[in-house]
Amino acid sequence: MSLSKIMKFVDEFREPELVTKAAEEIRRLADPGRHYRLMEVCGGHTHAIYRFGLKDLLPANIELIHGPGCPVCVLPMGRIDDGLSLAEDPNVIFAAFGDMMRVPGARGSPLEHKARGMDVRIVYSPSDALKLARTNPDRHVMFFAIGFETTAPSTALTIMRAKAEGIRNFSVFCNHVTIIPAIRAILDSPDMRLDAFIGPGHVSTVIGCRPYEWIVQDEHKPIVVSGFEPLDMLQSIVMLLRQLRNGEAKVENQYKRVVPWEGNRAALRAMAEVFQLRPYFEWRGLGFISQSALRVRDAYAEWDAEQRFSVPGVRVTDPKAAQCGEVLKGVLKPHQCKLFGRECTPEHPIGALMVSSEGSCAAYYNYEHRKAAMVNILSSTA
Amino acid sequence: MCLAIPGKIIEISPDNPDMALVDVVSVRRKVDLGLLQEDRPQPGDWVLIHVGFAMSKISEQDAHDQMQTLRILGEAEAAMQEVEGYGLEDGGSGEPN
Repeated sequence: MSLSKIMKFVDEFREPELVTKAAEEIRRLADPGRHYRLMEVCGGHTHAIYRFGLKDLLPANIELIHGPGCPVCVLPMGRIDDGLSLAEDPNVIFAAFGDMMRVPGARGSPLEHKARGMDVRIVYSPSDALKLARTNPDRHVMFFAIGFETTAPSTALTIMRAKAEGIRNFSVFCNHVTIIPAIRAILDSPDMRLDAFIGPGHVSTVIGCRPYEWIVQDEHKPIVVSGFEPLDMLQSIVMLLRQLRNGEAKVENQYKRVVPWEGNRAALRAMAEVFQLRPYFEWRGLGFISQSALRVRDAYAEWDAEQRFSVPGVRVTDPKAAQCGEVLKGVLKPHQCKLFGRECTPEHPIGALMVSSEGSCAAYYNYEHRKAAMVNILSSTA
Repeated sequence: MCLAIPGKIIEISPDNPDMALVDVVSVRRKVDLGLLQEDRPQPGDWVLIHVGFAMSKISEQDAHDQMQTLRILGEAEAAMQEVEGYGLEDGGSGEPN
């Protein structure tokens, strides 16, 4: 079969001949006697891999393991319940990104709480949540913040602006997490064996490439920070395979056109000004990971919902049959979970991996599962 | 939320150097430049926008490539919805739909 038939969008991208060359180079570099397990850390990469059908381009002995880099997916259910419980007060406006709206808490999603009368608003930027506070001076606006280092600086700067302007009817329920400790936790997990990492693109615009150097030094695993186009990801795999073939472990930057090696210093400064590391934080599926999340510093306590209000500290275990944890760690493929495609679908998600388009279950369901279902229908009617 | 949306700086706000009017496929919205203090963009420059904040400067070609990536990922519509949602007084209702 021709490459353009295997890969749906190859002609629509720049330099399709380079895509072909990269795919050929991967086949040349991959040692047929070896099985490669490469983890793409970022949920955006997971989505792109399924969407572009990249798996079909790779030899069978290159396995892509989906990592923990979907902020909605790794948030434990209890945090959603905690945030929503603070907004039970009718004076509070609960503001969050659209991605959060359908994520189920133990007593329903933010959208379901809205249907029951809670004042829930979608915002596209933390600064718009602050704007809600400005325009509703008699109400309290609580921004439910999620995200890795890509979004954390924006929340930090918004809190700094609230303080500078003296806006006191605004707070942040902070769920920001950091990517490096999550990678470390996965590498420490005894049931996990990985050869190399496709590093996250947009997180790295903030943190740069230096923080990955420990993976190289301590774990001797190559990492290539990658862009999101098919050519980017294939080139990153070529770079990883070259390192593995040479027995090297280096940090390389395939996404130089966007990611500076040193990151974004202004963004890092804003984060350091407003946030400090929590001693530990719970991750869905991965458990408690030390120094893996951010809290608001005492100097900004007035804008920290957790310091300002009393948070119940709800802990909710995931439904027993759901295997989100194993899927998050890459131990199970999405379709190997007992609930996948039956009780748990994008229309009726049980786990967060099925909610976000960057969650591996939703990505697998939308591209692979629907494709397989179509093939079944076609073959049964043929 | 994790979308990286390319936009072109049209003008910097005369009374706030951290605020710029940015054009994303003909939709114009205010974007915060506060995280690019070390490398301030000028009108005509292209930036990648995350949750209403410009996070990095990029070339015009990369901006077009990024928009194409969003289209093919099926995320262009979500990106435009997000851009149109920036700045509630500019039209976004803040109501979940």
